Formats: sequence, structure tokens, C-alpha cells
Amino acid sequence: MTASRDDAPDPFSDALLAARMCAIDPGLGGLVLRGDGELRDAVIAELRATLPAEAPMRRLPVHVDDERLLGGIDLAATLALGRAVTSPGLLEEAAGGLLIVPMADRLSAETAGRIGAAMDSDHAPFLLVALDDGMEPDDRPPATLAERLAFAIDLSAPADAGASLAERWKGSDAGGATMPVRFHQPVLGPSPHVGEDLMTALVATAAALGIESARAPILALRAARASAALAGLAEVTEEDVMLAARLVLAPRATRLPAAAEDAAPEPPPPSTDNDGANEDRGEPGPIEDVVLAAALAALPKDVLARIAAGRSRKPGRANGAGERQASHARGRPMGARAGMPGGGRRLSLIDTLRAAAPWQRLRGAGGGRVAVRRADLRIRRFESRARALTIFAVDASGSSALARLAEAKGAVELLLAESYVKRAEVAVVAFRGTAAELLLPPTRSLARARRSLAELPGGGGTPLAAGLNAAREVAESARVRGRTPFLVVLTDGRANIAADGSAAREAAERDAMTAAGAIGAAGIACAFVDISARPRPEGARLAREMGARYLPLPRADAAAMHAAVTAAQAG
Amino acid sequence: MSFPFSAIVGQDEMKRALLIAAVDARIGGVMVFGDRGTGKSTAVRALAGLLPPIDASAAGYQDGSPRKGKVAVPFVDLPLGATEDRVVGALDLERALGAGVKAFEPGLLARANGGFLYIDEVNLLEDHIVDLLLDVAASGENLVEREGLSVRHPARFVLVGSGNPEEGELRPQLLDRFGLSVEVRTPGDLKQRVEILKRCDAFERDPQGFSESWKRAERKTLKQIARGREALPMVTISDAVLTYASRLCMTVGADGLRGELTLMRASRALAALDGADMVTTGHVAAVAPMALRHRLRRGVLDDTGSTARIERVLEEIAA
Repeated sequence: MTASRDDAPDPFSDALLAARMCAIDPGLGGLVLRGDGELRDAVIAELRATLPAEAPMRRLPVHVDDERLLGGIDLAATLALGRAVTSPGLLEEAAGGLLIVPMADRLSAETAGRIGAAMDSDHAPFLLVALDDGMEPDDRPPATLAERLAFAIDLSAPADAGASLAERWKGSDAGGATMPVRFHQPVLGPSPHVGEDLMTALVATAAALGIESARAPILALRAARASAALAGLAEVTEEDVMLAARLVLAPRATRLPAAAEDAAPEPPPPSTDNDGANEDRGEPGPIEDVVLAAALAALPKDVLARIAAGRSRKPGRANGAGERQASHARGRPMGARAGMPGGGRRLSLIDTLRAAAPWQRLRGAGGGRVAVRRADLRIRRFESRARALTIFAVDASGSSALARLAEAKGAVELLLAESYVKRAEVAVVAFRGTAAELLLPPTRSLARARRSLAELPGGGGTPLAAGLNAAREVAESARVRGRTPFLVVLTDGRANIAADGSAAREAAERDAMTAAGAIGAAGIACAFVDISARPRPEGARLAREMGARYLPLPRADAAAMHAAVTAAQAG
Repeated sequence: MSFPFSAIVGQDEMKRALLIAAVDARIGGVMVFGDRGTGKSTAVRALAGLLPPIDASAAGYQDGSPRKGKVAVPFVDLPLGATEDRVVGALDLERALGAGVKAFEPGLLARANGGFLYIDEVNLLEDHIVDLLLDVAASGENLVEREGLSVRHPARFVLVGSGNPEEGELRPQLLDRFGLSVEVRTPGDLKQRVEILKRCDAFERDPQGFSESWKRAERKTLKQIARGREALPMVTISDAVLTYASRLCMTVGADGLRGELTLMRASRALAALDGADMVTTGHVAAVAPMALRHRLRRGVLDDTGSTARIERVLEEIAA
């Protein structure tokens, strides 16, 4: 019944299994399914078939409003009948059944919060299937939701070459042990017993994978129980726990355990905080080893690489910033005000009715009609919030690199500390040696900036062209997301590494000039901070190409830089 | 049924801060920083669940009709994206349309009266809503003037906000208005983690039985709170201890008087909880990190955490 490591299970059979586990224990919350629509539909169909026939199934539109989500006045019925008619919200309608969230990666933090609260309030009122269509690794469903769903399965990962998984699934009983006959009758009765050593193994595995949330081992334990129950066992076995570790814990990993570090393609970042203490506690027991190995085997390659590169210590972070992009044309609803609709202004029906309601008796309304006067009309107001993103492109080459980086870091922190009200974000690109690196992806978290900038590399050549190009790319992708980018380049302008990484001064200068021209052509607002002790004409020329303000600041300190940037941005 | 407060493993600072707020509601709210799944909302819910039922007349919204009997201490979860209408209250559309009556539909503030208002990820909440919450929490009264309504109702509650600094900062001005701030982490110790799992599992499988087995511990905590509330007005604080508190605030560089005031109130509440009739410097030192850490000016290039700075100063002035 349960999968063992050697089966090399494919994600699709995992998803089917997870769906069945959810059906017998709704406390598992549900699944995040990434990629391949056809397979996802098959999983949903399986889940639906496993649930009782009368269980409802609802789809949640990604831009659902609170009224529909939580229920409220049914306007159409209210107007028709002349008395208030309330309608249940989607969350209520889905109770006891399935709630499908398409495009969950675009779900707003607010809606996710609502759903999360509903999942907490009652004991698992519905099962949630979050369909994740994110393209970028960071486009994920809001962590508020992902955190509460036991399973996250990526169906877009190519399985065996050739026949698609769906075809194999449609074939008779392909998939063997992990794809058993359909499961129709939930196994009820006392839930299987779990030995203390197995509980410890789950907790130790979670700790080894750097999973902080206490929800993860709890969900994993439930999953192990569900797995045993599916097999009709009275006692949870090691296999069940391995399966739980693979399906529940592995997708939540934020780092590699100490033992696996050697196998990592690059040295992982030094473990932070208190993790170290756990690993030094002596040899883990044999069961813990096996469970951890099961979880590790399930880690997708790209996750391993990202963890090793130190990029993904928080894979499930809520990227509240990036998610709101879809609605930036609308902006934040600001409530309604009196006014006539038209000319792009939209009627706010609820607010109009609210305004009209108190006067109904006075106006002698009756016969099922609501008397609405012109003065009652309310229109919606939105505040569009184009966030600013300041990108620092810092020259980390040469001997003074460390000091310069420290000052740039200071300027970033100053900006962040004061930028809360403006909801501004900051990103840092550093260039040195032969390439540029996005040290700090756009963020408005001071804590995150501090950590990313804590260990700055410095020294080596000046790949100015690479730096400028990387900065432009960040700026352009920010623009696509509805941000207003502002670029601050900190360099002495003395390029000596060409765009292709070769050490040829002339080519390097030419490439840098081209890169600067591209920034100018893209029309990105920028400032060029020349930090050389005796500014030379190259700096000014580069600035001109970029269309940047030229600021010679030989001893650029954090405060001066911050002041200059603020002034340049204001002007 | 909520998880027993006494059964929460570790998280001593958070538990202490919540107990202090339960003894003295004037503390002005508790801010909890920490990652997801560290038991923040469990702890707050647990405390609300622990407190004895209160008079119905002192809970929720009072619309004039007298209510009798006892009700559970309210615990209101304020969701992100809550509109001002829902928070403050608005015209009751149902009654307005149905009966043509201008009636007030109470909001979340009304429902939280007499209990706890919990906001997860307060740093993602729109600023104007946070402002509004803090104002009402401070005044203990909600004043509604909208849509031809003019309503005023009591809104006394303990405001608990939680946030994860990874996801954006809370505006310093707002942060400063929270009385206490604590940091929670998942315990690093494997034994503790296993214990958390075991207790959560036991609770999920048999909430009734699990709560039963923690009844004695819960009663003890409850008694401590009740005694603390009673003793609070009698707890004295000497000039020497006040001087110590002021010196502490000055040395760490806590902005404004709010820090000093909170430090004094919190140490008094802690003394009351401890059953002491006088505040000692030990009480002050014990609450100093939670009363002051969010009010320190941040040294831009200083990575030393606020907590470490406070602890350093505590050592210095003790010497």
C-alpha cells in the first residue's frame, strides 16, 4: 500500500495517494498541485470520487471578494423581493467538501488570510486544493495557505520520458503498488497507533531539513496515520512515516542536513541560529536516518541547488509584494464616495444601497422596490499604489570594495528604515570578478536585507557591463510588475572585464558604454555615484549614456549616499 | 475547544507577556514576532480559552437590551483585508432594507469587547486599520460616525498582533504603540519539539481527555491571574526601583516616555503575578526586553539585536 523508496514513485501517483489520504483525514488540509493541468484534473477527479457523493465541490475565483467568500446580502434577491436576503459564502458552501483554488499563486494575501482563518476556526471545514500555475520558482501560493496544506506536489516535473503520466494512469493498473485500486470506503475506526521512536524520527527529520514550523511534523504525523489507515493497519509502520516524510516534510525543506552537505553541488551557507545544536547531539537512530533519507530522496534537484546556493532558506515565504501585481491597475479599494458613475468611475452597489436604505420608509418605497435617489449613488475609489524599487548596483571590485559595500549596505538600510510609509522596496546587485550577482532580490524587509547583505563578497576585476546589464534586467522586470524602478550605480567607472567575462580593458569599456546606453534607452530613472578618489571623464560619460544624474562622491558614506539618492529621486 | 494554555511547550516569554496583559489590560497590546507555526495564535487563543466566562453584559456589543448570564471570553481573529466597515461596524443593511430601520451592525471591535483581538501578520495590514485599532485599544471606546449613524460603544480588549519581519517591517510609530513585544522561535531542542508534537497529537485525537488531564495546571494558572488582578492595585514600587527603571531606559536609548511607563506597569503586573507586594529590580529586569526592545533606535550599521543591547545594559547597570 505505502510507497517505499525503491519504487521511485512518480509525482502523479504521489498526488493520487495524497488525495486519498486527505479524503480519510480532512485534517490534512489538502494539497498544493503545481503544473500540468490534465494531471491535476485527474487528481481532483480522484479526490472527488473518494469523498461521499453529497460532498460539495466549489471553485474559488482568484479575485473573489469578501462578500462572495464569506457570504452576505444577496443583492439580486434582495431587490427582487424587497426584503433582505442573505446568501452563504463560498467557504460555507464548500463545507464538508472540496474547495478548489485555481491560480493559487495569484491569490491575494488577504483572501488567503480569510481562507486560512476558516481552516483554523472549524476543524477542517473543507479540503483545499490549491492549483499553482506559477512560472517563477518564487511565484507560490501564499504561505498562509501552503503552510496549512499537508501536501505540495509538483506535477510539472518531467517523469519518465515517453508516455505521459496521464496515459499511464488511464492504462489498466499501471503504477503498481503506489496506484492501487480505487479507494471508495474511508477506513474508519480507531486511528492507528504511532510509536514514540517514529514521532521522534519525524521531528528530527523536520529539524534536519531546517523546517521551523511546528505544523509540519503535526501534518506529517497525520499523514503517516492516514497512510496506515489506508492500508488497514492498526499500527503506523516505518514505511508510513517514510512516506509522510517524503510527501509532507521534503517539500518544506529549507536547508540540507549536515550529513548530505558533501553531496551538494556547492557548499551550503553556514547554518544559522540554533540549528547547529541539533546535529551535534550525537548519532541519530537508525529509523531517523531512514526517514531522513526518504525525505532527501524526494527533494527535487532544483530545490537542492537552490538550497545549496543559499537562496531558498524560506521557500514558502509569502511574497505579498509580487502578488498584488495582477490588480495594480485597480489599486487598493478605498471605500466609496458620493458621485455619479461613468467616465471610468464604477458604481458601488452595496454602498449605494446602504446610503438609500435608511430612507426607504420615508420615501414610501414598497412593493418590493428600493427607492434609490441620485444623491444615494456611490462610486468606488481605488488608490493605485505604484511601489518604488530602488536598485543599487554596487561595484565590489578592488581593494576598497569592502568599505564601499558596507556603505552601500548602510544606505540600503537607511532607505528601508524610512521607506515603510512609501512602501518602497530595495534590491542590490553586486559585481566583481567576472560576473554580477543579485545579492538582494527586491524586498522591503529590513531583516531580510540585513541577512542577505551580511556576508558581502569583495575584490577582483570590474565587470561593469555585466553589472549594468543585471541592474537593468532587475529594473525591467520590476517595471513589468508595476513597480517604478530607480537605479543607483556605485562605481569608479573603470571597467576592465568585458561582457563575455574576458579581461580586455578596451572591450570592457565599450561593453560598459553599450550597457549604459541600454539603460538610457529603456528610460530607467537612475543616478550614477562616482566613488573614485579623482573622478575621470569616463564616469560622467557613462552617466550621460544612462541618462543618469552624475554624483561624484569620492568618500561616499551611507548617509551621503542616502541623501543623494533621496534628492535624486525627488527631483 | 482550545489547546490548554499550560500545555504549551516553551515560549516562556510569550506566555509571560500574555499573562501580564491579562493582569493589566492597560499594558497596551502585545506584539509577537515569529515565523509561522510557532504557536503564536495557539497561545493567544489558549489564554482566552483559559479565562473564566465573563458577564454577558461586559462582553460584545451592547445595544441597550440587557443580557444576562455568562459568556466565554471573546477571541476575535481579525483577518487581513478586513475593511474599515467590518472592523468599526456599519449600517445594518439587512435591517435597513428589510425593515427600513436605521440600525448599527457591530463590527469586529464590538465583538472583541472584554476579550482579545488577534491580528496575524499585522505588518501586512493596511496602516490606517492598524492606526484605528491602536486608537480604540488605547481609549477603550469605539466611536462610529458614518452613514447617518452615531454610535459609541465600549471596546476594551487586549490587542495581540503577530508578524514576521521577513515579510516587511511594521512602521516604527505603530510598533512603539504596542506595549510589549516578544520574539518566538521554534525550540531548537529536539526533545521539546517531540513533546510539542506529542501534545498537539494528543489534543487533536482527544481534545476532551487532553484538556481534562491539564485541568489542574490550568486552574493554577487561572488562580495566578485572578490573584494578580486583585493584588495589582496594592503592589508598590519604590523610588529606588523607579530610578533603576529610568536609568535603564536612558542607557539603552529607548525613545519617549511610553517605554518607561510600560516598563513600570509590566514590572508591577509581574510582581502581582508572582504574589509579591513590592516591585524589585529583578521584576524590572525580567520584563525589560519585552517592554523596550521595540522602542530602541536602530543603529543602522549595528547588527546587534535589540534584545542583546538591553541585556548588555542590564549587566552594566547591575555592576
